Formats: sequence, structure tokens, C-alpha cells
Amino acid sequence: MLQEHAKLVQFISLADGVTGRKKLQKMIYIAKKMDFPFQEKYELHIYGPYSEELTLRIEELCEMGFLAETCEDKGSYVQYSYRVTGEGRDFIGDAVEVPDTLGECITRMSEKSSRFLELVSTLLYFDYLPRKEQIEKVHIVKNKLNYTDAEMDEAFAFIGELSACILQ
Amino acid sequence: MMDYGLQKLSEEKVFKDPVHRYIHVRDQVIWDLIATREFQRLRRIHQLGTTYLVFHGAEHSRFNHSLGVYEIVRRMIDDSFSGRPQWNDSERLVTLCAALLHDLGHGPFSHAFEKVFDLDHELFTQKILLGNTGVNEVLRRVAEDFPQKVADVIGKTYPDKLVVSLISSQIDADRMDYLQRDAYFTGVSYGHFDMERILRVMRPAEDQAVIKQSGMHAVEDYIMSRYQMYWQVYFHPVSRSAEVILVKILQRAKVLSEEGYTFKQEPVHFKSFFDKTYDLADYIALDEYILMTYFETWIREDDEILSDLCDRFVNRRLFQYIDFNPAKEYRKLGELDVLFRKAGIDPEYYLVVDSSSDLPYDFYRPGEEEERLPIHLLMRDGELRELSRESDIVDAISGKRRTDHKLYFPEDMLKEGKKKKVLRQQILSILNT
Repeated sequence: MLQEHAKLVQFISLADGVTGRKKLQKMIYIAKKMDFPFQEKYELHIYGPYSEELTLRIEELCEMGFLAETCEDKGSYVQYSYRVTGEGRDFIGDAVEVPDTLGECITRMSEKSSRFLELVSTLLYFDYLPRKEQIEKVHIVKNKLNYTDAEMDEAFAFIGELSACILQ
Repeated sequence: MMDYGLQKLSEEKVFKDPVHRYIHVRDQVIWDLIATREFQRLRRIHQLGTTYLVFHGAEHSRFNHSLGVYEIVRRMIDDSFSGRPQWNDSERLVTLCAALLHDLGHGPFSHAFEKVFDLDHELFTQKILLGNTGVNEVLRRVAEDFPQKVADVIGKTYPDKLVVSLISSQIDADRMDYLQRDAYFTGVSYGHFDMERILRVMRPAEDQAVIKQSGMHAVEDYIMSRYQMYWQVYFHPVSRSAEVILVKILQRAKVLSEEGYTFKQEPVHFKSFFDKTYDLADYIALDEYILMTYFETWIREDDEILSDLCDRFVNRRLFQYIDFNPAKEYRKLGELDVLFRKAGIDPEYYLVVDSSSDLPYDFYRPGEEEERLPIHLLMRDGELRELSRESDIVDAISGKRRTDHKLYFPEDMLKEGKKKKVLRQQILSILNT
């Protein structure tokens, strides 16, 4: 019961909070693609993989008081941050078993920008294609973000690092 | 000899349709696609899954809906876009094919089946388009890269975003058909809007179809229809009860198979899904007729849970439900879980929280996680303005998510069970029934 909710609280706890809804969306997607057992269903929206289910669960967790949401006015938009509350820590207790490697992956993702994680998650969305076609797809769906070749290389290297980290 | 992609039928074919009156087919490619076994399979998949158990008229299929989406897109292109400079007529055939085939990958009882076996119907649509199938064979006769083009439109990665938006956006042919079709077949009075008016005021633009300012009220009506249909039909709690049972049947069969249980009716069609070795042929071979045959025969299985769940689904003995607020009542859920186990009722199958949530309309905010392309109005001076900035009605519901949680349980089993009566009474009193 509410196992999937507990996994998300655990994730945000391991990240020591997450700033930005977009960043959280992409982090969970990347973790899922790295075979961590998140069940949220993702679809390709106009600008990248996005999960309605995840949005819903995060809202519920805030309502339950297990996550605290703060918002900061950034002028043209509002940025949301999430951290686990004391009640949230009680809620997860020992209920969720976390693979050792998840914490390491989360740390690596947390250090990256939202824009970079957006690129990584979109590349992973097309990971059934050869590298050249993956890049072409990203340029089509994210034609306004103008990712450079250097960013593409960095993103592939990052995916390699995460995969290696899981195999440790 | 004329290109296959340009070939027209010697006479126009029409399908009589209760929503659009007639569906017109002139293109040989479209006619041939409809005849493929993969497209005909859609006749055996309900458009609304388990909803027919609540609204008895909702027996329509993905086949009807797919033809409807095709017809709306055909009218958009032929009646509204053709000849306008923003529309490239060489995109006509790929757009029509994508409209017709957009739901090709739906499995039996779409969402429940996907949930249990962690599948994605959009991915299977792509596989059917690109794999060794009749549909692929027809599309390849147009051009070697044509199946990939159709797959890109449906996968939202086609370079021409206008083409994608006709099939997938907040005002697309998919929604316009299913709202009207589902309203017609369920018999509800919601879901109706003036599609003729919307099609007349729809104009092609760079990245999407836009609506002339004079058509704003027709779009308001469309958005409100969608809002009402979600809460009156799509999220109907009784239909969700049937879907909960359906999910639990499939989960139980999977668990039994993994435990080495000997089925009287071996789940031959499911084996590859249980052990994740399925291929495209396994997927295409499944439809709702096959699932229902298994469910009917599994009523006579020795496993009490599988037998009971199948009987409930086939004979419409659905779970009862109460409103549930996870924020305030999650501890109650834990308490019930313990009591169910003590009473000998497995909560894994008989105590289920189901949530439904909908966002009727939203617009893209830079930096935000929500990534929906808004509906744009074309003003008289040529400027594009986001709908909610002009419409007070749409503004009132923009970005407002509505969520509903229900807790499902077998009330009859709790009331009629002969063993552990006191415990069962205690459970019923917590459930307040």
C-alpha cells in the first residue's frame, strides 16, 4: 500500500531535497531508465519525457504532509522545491529497501542542471535507436534548445557513468 | 503507372457512422490499411475498456474511433487547410495514415493490461508500423521510409509540428472524435460541442493549428465538454471498480504462473507476458475476446482468488467503494490491511486504492515541468494569443488539477462471509458501510 509513494519520498530524501519540478521529473525518469523500480508512466510531451502520475503522486505527498513544497518567484516563472518532512521520514521508516547504487546515481544527477537532465532524459527516451538517430530525434523535439555537439557528448558520457555506477 | 501513394479508388467508399454520418475514403492506401488484420483487430478492443459495465451502450471499439479520427483530419486538411500557404499538401497522406493508425498498438482493456505487464501502447503502435505486419507492407508500398514517417508523427518526433498537433495536442482530432463518440454510445448528454464550427475556424500555423478569435466560444464548449466527460464517464467509480478487478485478475494469474500453479485452462496467450519474452506476434494475437474466454474458464479454477475475481468481472459482481483521502487516512489503510489479513481476505487483491486525476486545460510556463502546447487564438490583427488570456471560462479551470481517490473492497464477502464474523464486522464499521 502506497509503496510507490514511499519510493518517491525515499528518493527525495536521498537527494536531500530537489529544486525544480522539471528536474524532479527528469531525475525519476533517468533513474527508471537505469532500471530502478519506479512505476510512474512517462510519455513524450512536446519537450521531453513527462509523467502525469508522478505529478499527481508528488501533489498527494505534499497533501499528506510527507513532502514540503516551497515556491520561489523567478520573475517569468515560479520554481518549486521539495524536501522530506519529519512525518515523511516516519512514513518511509524501514519500509522501502533502496539499492545501494541509487544514492550514488541521485548525487550525480543532483549536481547537473535541469537543462542537461532534460537532454539526458530525452536521449534515453530514444535509447532504442543508434546514437546518430538519437541525436537527430533530440534536435527535432528540442529544436528551440539548440544543444551543442559538446553537450551531446557530455550527455552520452554521463549516461555511461550512471550505467557503470549501477554495475559496481 | 501512378504512384501508389497518389492512387485514388475508382469510386469513393463511405462508411456509415453515427457520429460523423459518413466517413469518406478516396485514397487507395487508406482503403488497404483498413483491410489489414492489425487494423481489423481494433474491432475486438473496446474504446472505453470496462465502461460498458456501467453505460451499457458503450460497446464501441477502437476501430470506430480510429475511422472517426481519420475522418476529422481528412476534413481539416481537405476542407480547411488545403490551398493555404501554411499548409504543405505533400504532408496530406502521412497525416491521414497517422490519424487512422494512431491507436493501433492498444492492447485488450488497454490501460489495465499495460499496467500489469508494464507495456506501452504507443511503443507497440510504432512496432506494428515498423515490424513485419500487413500495415507495414501497405505503408512501404508508398515509399521505403514512409512507415517511419507515420511512426514519427504518432511518436511526436516528426519535423512538421503542425502535422503532429492535428493528432496530438489539446485540441486535436483524437479528442474531438472520442468526446462525441463516447457521448453518443454512453448516451450521456455531455460531450457535445460544435465541431463543425471549430473545423471552420481552424487555421494552419507554424507549429500547430490555431483557432480564429471568432471561434473562441466553440472551443470553450469543447473544453467544458471534455471536463464533464472525464468526471461523468471516464472516471466513473463503478467502471473503475471493474478495472480494479481486471488488474487483480491479471496480477493473480501472473503470480500463480510464477508459483508453478497448474491451471485447468493454461494461460497460453499470457505466458510470454508473464516471463517478459513476448514479441510483436504475441501482442497482436491478443484481444478482448481472448481475455474474456480465459476469464470465463478461470471461474472454474481451484484457486479461490482467481476464480472469485473472474466471476466478479464476468458476472458484474463489482467491488464496493468509499471516498478515501490518502493524506488523512493512510493510517486507516494500514489498519485495514492488518484486519483483512486476520480475517483471511488477502488485501493484495481485495483492498485497493484507485486514484483518478485530470487537468482539463493547461498552458506552457517557461521553466515549469508541465509541457503542454497551449491552444492559440488567431486575433484579427494576426497576433496569436493563448486561449486562457482571452476566455474567462477557460482561465477559471486552467492549470487546475482535480483528483479523486476511492478505496475498493468486496462488501459482499465481508457481509456474507461465515468465518471470523466479528473481525469482518469491525472492518465494515471502519469502512463505514
